[in-house]
Amino acid sequence: MSGNEAIGEGAIRADCTLYAGYPITPQNELTAFMARRMKESGRSFLQAESELAAINMVFGAAAAGARAMTSSSSPGISLKQEGISYLAGCELPAVVVNVMRGGPGLGNIASSQADYFQATRGGGHGDYFTPVLAPWSVEEAAQHTMQAFDLADFYRTPVLVLADAIIGQMMEAVELPEASRFSRPLPKKTWALSGAQGRRPNIIKSFFLEEGGLERHNEHLREKWEKLREKEQQSAYYGPETARILLIAYGSQARIAKEAVDLLTKEGMRIGLFRPVSLCPFPDHALKKHAKEKKMVLVVEQSLGQMVEDVRRVIRDTPVLFFGKTGGGIPSSQDIVSHLKKVLEK
Amino acid sequence: MSTQYLRPSSLRHRETHYCPGCGHGILHRIVSEVIDELDIRRTTAAVAPVGCAVVAYNYWNFDCSEAAHGRALAVATGIKRVSPDLCVFTYQGDGDLASIGLAETVHAANRGERLTCIFVNNACYGMTGGQMAPTSLIGQKTATTPCGRTPDTGEGWPLKISDLLAQLPGVCFVARCALSSPKEIQDTARQIKTAFQHQLDKRGFSLVEVLSPCPTIWQKNPVEAMAWIDTEMKKVFPPGILKTP
Repeated sequence: MSGNEAIGEGAIRADCTLYAGYPITPQNELTAFMARRMKESGRSFLQAESELAAINMVFGAAAAGARAMTSSSSPGISLKQEGISYLAGCELPAVVVNVMRGGPGLGNIASSQADYFQATRGGGHGDYFTPVLAPWSVEEAAQHTMQAFDLADFYRTPVLVLADAIIGQMMEAVELPEASRFSRPLPKKTWALSGAQGRRPNIIKSFFLEEGGLERHNEHLREKWEKLREKEQQSAYYGPETARILLIAYGSQARIAKEAVDLLTKEGMRIGLFRPVSLCPFPDHALKKHAKEKKMVLVVEQSLGQMVEDVRRVIRDTPVLFFGKTGGGIPSSQDIVSHLKKVLEK
Repeated sequence: MSTQYLRPSSLRHRETHYCPGCGHGILHRIVSEVIDELDIRRTTAAVAPVGCAVVAYNYWNFDCSEAAHGRALAVATGIKRVSPDLCVFTYQGDGDLASIGLAETVHAANRGERLTCIFVNNACYGMTGGQMAPTSLIGQKTATTPCGRTPDTGEGWPLKISDLLAQLPGVCFVARCALSSPKEIQDTARQIKTAFQHQLDKRGFSLVEVLSPCPTIWQKNPVEAMAWIDTEMKKVFPPGILKTP
């Protein structure tokens, strides 16, 4: 199956009850998959009139206590940012999928990783972060979607699955995760709108006019975020522990970087690949460990250099170089190898 | 024998922040009375607007959510689709419903969502200081039409959104009412009750437009504001039932 379909299947297996989408390439297969699967399993599928409406339908379903998801690609995700900010402010759990394409503006429909800043820095207005998971395979696309629902419910937050056009479009054999519902015990949604029966009315809001009200609320969000930042960092490492050169890449670009590692290992280079799996929280702890005693670090992205800023924040005592292509350009494994050799010769 | 006038259980005992002569207090009470009469307080979820009634949830005694400006009917759609047994309504002003939220309004109506929309038309943006609304009257002076709204200079005509929505097959009931006299207040209550009943009977989308006074922005005293509804607003927005099954 394709990555887009795997995301849909993950959502179905995670008991997603409402999906709202709007056509945009390169994620249309996901919307079409959900139209079929949500309807046949008696759940709610909505082709919304806009990205704004889609994210707010998800807001409503989440407010009513249901698991809900929307998906789009870069320009559409920009439109959803208003809603994501409200979800964060109202502490509503929801899953938002971005199958990234080129930008800025209408850009193109080729694969891109240029929405890293938008995804990992909140994206909308106000003081907040949302967890971001970046799958590097079709199988992981399904796993991350399921995991995103659990993270969302556990922390009462919107969660982003940040894929790209390559992950969305490519076909792979997949071992799908069990439809086991929860990877962890989740709190009951006592705050949800279900009718004020035998309790006081529930109110979903992000509006705090009283003096100090918003400050207290945002401090609460910060405390929650700090807990999440400590507990939810995820990463993977490929290569020998004795590596002297460290490549860092995520998503589809990590697949290509892995090939480069294999090519260079054959040539006798001691090199490894560090792959951030959670982009937010960024896997600071694991990266610090893997960056020890390295001669050089090379970050590879399909952008002009965004994640590299997080890497430079974490790694202070080793040179961190960047190699990337933008606007639909994809660094090939051979490009990475050549670039690395050129840099090492200097 | 004595007649008791009690506070509806759907309305909290709390002073509102509304200006003297504002229509929201009356309309909050009407909605609360109707919800009591239909005995649906425990199965209702409301979506509050952005605008003066942004904190309506502080006054109502049932479940309530905020929504981003204009998005109330998309939020309500999400709630209703996953909780079809809840009675879900939005309470929106003219800017919220007919300007920034026009797409959400038209499409929720066109899908025939089983929702009820209480549309408060005061011909201006009240909370932000009285700017021109899509429903502002021709010649009406506002913060952004200091010479009066003039279609000839590109400020457009009053948008009769209720008339537009009444054309859609997914819409089962549209009524326009006013708060300018006790008789009309009673009529407003009747129409809102009918609109809710249509939702409970799963008939489709229902909407009640309510012409409501905003004395502060209109720079009139409350009595003059009520008179302005009768003499000016009703000429453009005549009360009546625009659609019924």
